[in-house]
Amino acid sequence: MQYSHEIIFLTIVGMMAVTYIPRLLPIALLSNKQFPEVVTRWLSFVPAAILSALLAPSLFIQDGSLSFSFDNKYLWSSIPVFIVAMRTKSFFGTILTGMIVIAGWRYVLSM
Amino acid sequence: MQSEAIENTATSIVSTTSTLRADIADGIKQSIPIIIGFIPVGFAFGVLATKNGVPGYLTVLMSILVLAGSSQFIAVSLFAAAMSPITIIITTFIVNLRHFLMSAAIAPHLSKMSLTRKLLFSFQLIDESFAIHMANIDRNHFGEVQAITLNCIAHFCWSFGTLLGVYGSHLITDIKPLGFDYALPSMFVLLLIWQMKSNMHAIVAFLSAITAVLLYLAGVEQLCVILAAIIGATTGVVLCSIRTK
Repeated sequence: MQYSHEIIFLTIVGMMAVTYIPRLLPIALLSNKQFPEVVTRWLSFVPAAILSALLAPSLFIQDGSLSFSFDNKYLWSSIPVFIVAMRTKSFFGTILTGMIVIAGWRYVLSM
Repeated sequence: MQSEAIENTATSIVSTTSTLRADIADGIKQSIPIIIGFIPVGFAFGVLATKNGVPGYLTVLMSILVLAGSSQFIAVSLFAAAMSPITIIITTFIVNLRHFLMSAAIAPHLSKMSLTRKLLFSFQLIDESFAIHMANIDRNHFGEVQAITLNCIAHFCWSFGTLLGVYGSHLITDIKPLGFDYALPSMFVLLLIWQMKSNMHAIVAFLSAITAVLLYLAGVEQLCVILAAIIGATTGVVLCSIRTK
């Protein structure tokens, strides 16, 4: 590490500022405002859009490229997880399924 | 779920302390996947930062002050590559800009929250807590105490995991056999399913997923989430207005 502790510290403070401000501004400024209907509708799509955009790359992309091969455990393990999530809507059931499937797969491969 | 919420309101008239306890217990229960997911990832972050020469106390401080997983991993790799602090800060800004959208989406539901709590709540607004809070809002199960409990647990686990990684990297070498790394992706699958309130929501999710993957492959990894979400949500609104015409 070529940087001094002071420089690293200041960089962290800068990172905190640029992370906190976008988190804070809408909550601080918009929470008491009435939006036009089109904005409300747009915002109602945001959670689904964000969750999907967060999840998809982690499932479909392995080591930087698109992968449908059986090496891509994250992708194929998600199928039982999706099924359990849709059928049961159970919070812990879904998470446990995911962990068991992926751990089981790794265990079988390691035998 | 509805009846649970009604029960909660009813008990709040009877006794405030028992509701407080119930809200905290609820926050703890909902944070279990975050606990399972964050300690190992925080640990991995602590190990990586230490290997790259970031001093231990500053690594933990970064987890406490920034609290944004992917951007912290990127920052450490940029430190290791001797990139300038300005580059690191700008990259962090870009990677974390998606929280702006989350903050805007949750803002209308926080109108009753005091300013002090808003300051704390937004400091701890992360992908995982956002997803859980939105699910609670949808089923009328959202409460400030419950939400802040969950946020604080997530904040603690991330920082504590980092601390373990910095000072105990020799203790555990590989956490993957236990499947802990898949707890959070599984949680996102479920919370995404919960968001499928209409066919249009499903279409939006599908479009956002494809867009995010394409943007990632096109090399805009750091902006793919926010851009894909904006494109997906906007397409949804456009399709809705076409359909009603």
